[in-house]
This record gives sequence, structure tokens and C-alpha cells, in this order.
Amino acid sequence: MLDYLYLLPALPGAAFVVLAVLGKRLSQPVAAWVGVAPTAAAAAVTLAIAAECLAAPPRGGSFRQTLWTWLAAENFRVDVAFYLDPLAIVMAATVAVVAVFVLLHAVEYMAGDDGFSRFFAVMNLFVAAMLVLVLADNLLLLYVGWEGVGLCSYLLIGFWKRDPANGRAARKAFLVTRVGDTALLIGIVFLLVHLGTLDIHGLQVAARNAWAPGAACAVLAAAMMLAAAVAKSAQWPMHIWLPDAMAGPTPVSALLHAATMVTAGVYLVARLGVLFTLAPAVQWATAGIGSATMLLGGAAALTQTDLKRALAYSTMSQIGLMFAALGVGAATAAIFHFLTHAVFKSLLFLAAGSVMLAVGHSSDMARMGGLRRSLPRVYVAFLAGAAALAGLPFFSGFFSKEAILAELWSHGDGAHVLWAVGLAGAFLTAWYAFRLVFLVFHGPARVVVAHRPTWVARVPMLSLAALAVLAGWVQWPGVVENGQFVAHFLDASFDRILPSMSLAPEPTPATRWMLLTSATAAAIAGATLAWWTTHRVHARAAEKITQPASLFTRVLRYGVADRAWRAVAFAGLWIGNQLARMQTGRVRWYAATLAAVTVLAVLAAVFL
Amino acid sequence: MNILSVVSGHHGLAVAAALFAVGLLGVLTRRNLLFVLLSLEIMLNAAGLAFVAAGALWGQADGQIMFLFILATAAAETAIGLTLLLIVFREKRNLNSDAIADVPHVSSRGVKSNHPFEGDKPVANSQ
Repeated sequence: MLDYLYLLPALPGAAFVVLAVLGKRLSQPVAAWVGVAPTAAAAAVTLAIAAECLAAPPRGGSFRQTLWTWLAAENFRVDVAFYLDPLAIVMAATVAVVAVFVLLHAVEYMAGDDGFSRFFAVMNLFVAAMLVLVLADNLLLLYVGWEGVGLCSYLLIGFWKRDPANGRAARKAFLVTRVGDTALLIGIVFLLVHLGTLDIHGLQVAARNAWAPGAACAVLAAAMMLAAAVAKSAQWPMHIWLPDAMAGPTPVSALLHAATMVTAGVYLVARLGVLFTLAPAVQWATAGIGSATMLLGGAAALTQTDLKRALAYSTMSQIGLMFAALGVGAATAAIFHFLTHAVFKSLLFLAAGSVMLAVGHSSDMARMGGLRRSLPRVYVAFLAGAAALAGLPFFSGFFSKEAILAELWSHGDGAHVLWAVGLAGAFLTAWYAFRLVFLVFHGPARVVVAHRPTWVARVPMLSLAALAVLAGWVQWPGVVENGQFVAHFLDASFDRILPSMSLAPEPTPATRWMLLTSATAAAIAGATLAWWTTHRVHARAAEKITQPASLFTRVLRYGVADRAWRAVAFAGLWIGNQLARMQTGRVRWYAATLAAVTVLAVLAAVFL
Repeated sequence: MNILSVVSGHHGLAVAAALFAVGLLGVLTRRNLLFVLLSLEIMLNAAGLAFVAAGALWGQADGQIMFLFILATAAAETAIGLTLLLIVFREKRNLNSDAIADVPHVSSRGVKSNHPFEGDKPVANSQ
């Protein structure tokens, strides 16, 4: 089965080609089949490969498939090659499975749209690029996938191109992430110049041999990688593009801007773990940025009146939690949270999509309310997703969030602060998650439901809901092997590249109980407060409570970073205006200036 | 009698410099674009002459090779220049370079600018 690894990106890639070429000639049912079936096949192959790797791990714990040599010049050689290890398996399986459900849901959501086949073409291109990104064996191929998902993100945010606002949102996303892409390219070239290889594993071995911890080179390289990850994953101060990216169709938000593409930064940092352990300063920066984004995103999510924007801020906040975990070296916990987050957040977006169809293509929560009677299945699905997001006990998010909080606690004395911030973030998360549930599904009904989901939309939602409830149980002792199943599986990936990394001592049972209880208490307190503010308190008073949070939103929106960008733009404009005065259109003046400058230059060269 | 034994390379360079000055003066003072083009040709040929003269001084063939390059470039440049001239004349009925100088977006205050983010409204309200 391992030999079919290349099919993972190839199948959705082929679907893209077919849809892009034949596109408009295909009827919608045919286009839907071409759009969904290859990705489903790729997901099946992924799961088969994962099962095979679980039953009999490949020799050395990893598998490498070289397709062809891309570039070869003297000592420099880049192959188009895929690399499969536990980390790649978890990432690829999550991406492929979530993609299938989202595409299936999109068949209903996008039905009747003029750009139906265009939508599925780009979505398939995205799946192919994302799989290239997580399977790439070297940084150059990873960069191809990285740019590929960025392109698809641009195309899909601006999918409804008639409205100029969508085009602006797409450009904003593209330009902001481009800053990070450039940092990534600089980092890649820097690593190539200093270490002479782009192979992800050879590179990390070489880095450990060449650089001492804290060496300037290591810090610079890791900082470049962090900048790339921060932009791609919408972390402060590069988060500004994500809320506007909700202009795209809801399945796009579910797949790209919640489950997979925005977590590419988490994958990059986890993949280059050795590089980051060599740069402790950058690790602290990672944890700091992640914690800050978690709080700001959570606070902003509390004040939204738009369902999709609230979910977007929630995504920022959850990825911030992953970054905090990565900052203390807990890559395993971060990737586990990526997995559960991909499931429950894509579920929330799909349910939000069905809600939007029901209330007439609007994501304004003022139009929603009381929908639990008219959309019972969507309500159940959304409730499961919200409970997992809030980290209520025994839902999937509980297990991954608890794992991260435990890592934050045991990292050291200074990290107790990180743990406290994480706990505050968990409290905020539960609060806004249930605020959404109550605002959308409880209370008085405001509009007549225009559309009820058919099986095409129900199957993905209920499957994902089942996963969101159950996925965490693989960690429970006795369910699969003897507990911590995902953690052990992933550790194989990180242990081999981080043999020198000393793990923090296991917390005592008393500490563990304290951590579990506090996490549970935070989640339940948040949910209760949400119920109280939406049911018992007059709306005005509720606004008062969230007032401090909306201050955070202002900081986010018109904050330092935004001002800095504007200053750059204005400076460019001013200089341009001044220089434009020279453009008089009189060629004789141009010639005279040219001659004078030449004479001066020659004189300077001769006499100076 | 070989002409090069009477006219030395230094004379050649002096003539080249004079030609170049004449050409430059023409470019700067002439308003008719046809004559500007002619003056440009003179400047190019001055450069060519300088190459040949310098080649003769050092007894190297490089100067003459460069002159061949300049010849080819000048031919191409003339062809394109005359074409553009014809188009300009057809559009404006005028070849006076000062009279047809207009850059529409330029005012005396420079580019009429707008706010760089004008109309860059967020997609939906957050408040």
C-alpha cells in the first residue's frame, strides 16, 4: 500500500485538471462526482496506508518515496519525494478525511451556483497542494505546497467575484500571508547556504551538529520560519486577514480557514522542531505570540454578531493554543489538538453553513435564534462541535486541551504563567462557544426556515459530530492499547528527531487531578456564564459584561500592526507624489537630466 | 599613403567628442522629434567612432567589433524610432516634443492621489 503514496496528491490533482479543462461542459451532478470521488479515494488510500503503518511500521519508522529528480546541479539536488512518518500520517489523514466531508457538504451548499465546477476544481487543487505540503520530503517541495494553498485560498475567498468586497478580502489575505511566504523563502535559502541541504531530516541533523543552542544562525533561521508560520496561521500581529477571509463560501471557511490551511504554520513549526529547540528565544516568542493570540481571539469572538466571524476569531484563538504548546516543545499535544480542532471546527462551520442556508444566505446572528426546533439535526451537530470546542469533559477537545494545559504546567516555573493564560483561554472559549449555541438555536425564532439540509449535508455533519464526540477517546487507557495512543504514535516522529530533548518530569497524580479539575471547571464556568448572559441578563447588561472584550477587538482591528502597514503605504504614496513631479513629459528635460547626471558620475569616478 | 599614419587615434577621439557634443546639443535644443532622432544617430556614431579610434590606438580589433554592434543597434533603433514617430504624428498631427508633452495624471501638485485604502471596508461588521 505504501507504494501508492503518490496517489494522495495525484488523485485530487487529476480531478482539478479534469474540472478545469471540461468545467462548464459538465452537468452539476457529474461535476459533483468528479469533485468528490477522487478525494474520497485519496482519503481511503490514506487510511489504508495509516492502518498498514500501525500494523507493521516501515523499517526505521518512516518511508520515503522518490518520484523523480527535480533539480540537480553539482552538490545541490532536489527530488520530488514524499516522506511518511507518524506526523505526516496524522496530518494527511486529517486533511483527507475532513476534505471529503466538507466537499460532500459543499455539493448541497453550492448547488445551483454559476461557478459550481470552478469551486470544485479549486477545492481539489487545494487538497492536492495541502497533501504535497504535509508529505514533502524537502523544504523546496514544501514551499510549492505552501504557495499552492495560498493561491487556492486567494481564489476561494474571492470566489464570488461580482462583489468587490470579496476581491478586497482575497487580496488582503494574499498580501498578508505573502509577507510570511517571503520570510519562509528567505529562511529556506538561509538554511541551504549554511547547511547545504534542503532535506528536512538531513537538515535538522546538520543543524544540530553545526549550531550550538542559541547560536545566532539558528535563531535567525527559526525566526524566519516562525514569521512564516505566524502569517499563515493568522497569529497576532498577522491575524488581520482571517476574519475578512470569511467572505468566501462557507465550505471554504470550513476546510481552508479552520481545519487545514491555517494550521500549516503549526505543522511547519512542529516539523522543524529541532531548529526551534536550537533557538530558545524563538521558542519563547512562539509561546508568547500563541498565548496573546489565544486571549485576543477569544475575547474578540465573544463580541461578534456575525456567526462566521465569531468562528474565525475562535480559530485564531485555538491555533494560538497550539502555538503556545509548540513554544514549550509539546509538539505532540499541539498536533493532537490540531486533529481534534480540525474535526470540531470544520463541523461547526458546516453546521453554520446549513444554518445560513436555512435563514437565507446570511451569517448575521440577528436573523437566527430558536432554530433548535426547526433544525434539530443541525442543532445536535453544532452542539457536539461547541461542546468539543469548549472542552467539556469527554468530548474530543477536552482531551487535547487538557494535554496542552498539562504540558504548559509541567514545563517549568515560568510556564505556570502560560498555564494560567491557557486556562483563561479555555474559559473564554467555553463562554463564546455556548454563547453562539444559545444565540443561534435558543430563544425566540426570528425567520421562517427556507431550506432544510438533505442527506448530502446531513451525512458529513453527523459523521463529523460523531468524530468530535469520540475522537478523544483514543487517548483513554484501555480503549486503544493502554492510553495516550495518539501521543505515543506521534512521539515516534518527534523522538527520533529530538533525541536530546529532555521531557519534563511526569506530574504527580495530585497535580494531574488538579489540572483536570481546573480545566473542567473553566469549561463549565464558561458555558454557565454563556447561559446566564444570553438567558437571564437583559441584552444591554450582557453588552456591559463584554465591553472590555470589545476593547480587545478594537486593538485587534485598528492595532499597532495595522497602523504600521498604513504608515508604510502612506510613506510610499508621499514619496511617489514627490517623485512624480519630475515626470513632466518633456523629453528634452529628461535628456538634459540624463546627460548632467552622467557627466557628474564620470567626474565623480575620475576625481574621487 | 595610409590615412591612419596621418590621422592619429587622438584626432579620431577628438572628432568623436566633438560629434557627441553636437549630437547632445541637438537632442537638448531641437523640438522637432525627427531632428531629435537624427541627433541621437549622430551621438551613436560618435560613440562608434570613439571605439574605432581607441581600437586603432591600442592596435586591437575589439573597437571595430563594437562598431559593428553599434551599427546593428542603431539600425534597429532607427526603425523603432521612426515607427513611433509616425504613430505620434498620426495621433497628434504634431512633432513638437514640448507641445505634445502631457502626462494626464500629473498636475502641478503631483499625482492626484486617493487614500490608499479608500473603499477598503471590512466584509461584515464586527461590532
